[in-house]
Amino acid sequence: MALINYSSREINCKIVYYGCGLCGKTTNLLYIHEKIPDNIKGEMVSLATETDRTLFFDFLPLELGAVRGFKTRFHLYTVPGQVHYDASRKLILKGVDGIVFVVDSQRERLEDNIESFENLKINLNKQGYSLEDIPYIIQYNKLDLPNVMTYEQMERHINPDGVPAFESIAISGVGVFDSLKAISKLVIAKLSRR
Amino acid sequence: MPEGDLVVYEEDYEKVNAILNQLLNESQSNFVLLVDRSGQLISIQGETKSMDSIAFASLSAGNYAATSELAKIIGEREFSVLFHQGDRESIHISMVAERVILVVVFDDKTTLGLVRLRVNKACEELASVFTAIFDKVSAEERRADVVLDSSFQGGAEEEIDKLFRE
Repeated sequence: MALINYSSREINCKIVYYGCGLCGKTTNLLYIHEKIPDNIKGEMVSLATETDRTLFFDFLPLELGAVRGFKTRFHLYTVPGQVHYDASRKLILKGVDGIVFVVDSQRERLEDNIESFENLKINLNKQGYSLEDIPYIIQYNKLDLPNVMTYEQMERHINPDGVPAFESIAISGVGVFDSLKAISKLVIAKLSRR
Repeated sequence: MPEGDLVVYEEDYEKVNAILNQLLNESQSNFVLLVDRSGQLISIQGETKSMDSIAFASLSAGNYAATSELAKIIGEREFSVLFHQGDRESIHISMVAERVILVVVFDDKTTLGLVRLRVNKACEELASVFTAIFDKVSAEERRADVVLDSSFQGGAEEEIDKLFRE
């Protein structure tokens, strides 16, 4: 959960990109890292295998200007999406303030998406959290590919709670910043409501 | 139980930094840092040159988390201390009050034995400060509201719109 330091006047929040393998979590971070000005981003760290699959996590810190004298940082993380990395995936959720659930919109990945969403709930529970308590949004990614499901179909299967959902093509940046802005604002709103 | 936000007020932060500086001097280490288990940097003291301390903090927490899971798999509750030995610099990592990670980076100016000795003392002192911080957070539901109100939210949203774009 957020770290609020009155002495150094900093607020740090953690946002996790979650979703099944190859859904585009790392691609989101890479695009943000590429496009965002140097003065508000730190170095991106990727713990990946030789074939660039996320092994443990990717990490990208972003920093807002001072708001009411407090420097506010968002630390973006991805989890490894592959099923067999579940033990690592659970660890990244520790202290999470907001979640972007990235969906691979291709029809043949529906089951993987649903399984990953269930896995998110289970892993949050293992950390003592519940999805009801954590701000989250959904990003329907890879919409440039053939054989994708319609927005309505995906909403029905993956977004029963009706949280904000965004359509995206992360590789070319479509919807990436809309998703980032939306989750950042939800996290700030939750902090301000405490 | 889920962990709530970690709120550190000025008076506690000064105590924490005093303990870290004492540890730095007495152990003759290069730098020391405190990291929340979620990977957030709480404080760093000492000579870090141009090191990326934010990434260092995040990786330290990831490292500790992964090793804790290894411990559980073999039936240990936790490895309370981790040590990574390098050619020039080494890293000593330990847990404070079950929520905060203390990382000490040192070289051949000192010894592992001395670092361990001083870390043990610092951990005890830090544990009492952090236990008080956690109690304070749960007891008074924090003064944070003074800052984190709707005008903070509005200001932060403006910054998000201004900065998070291509």
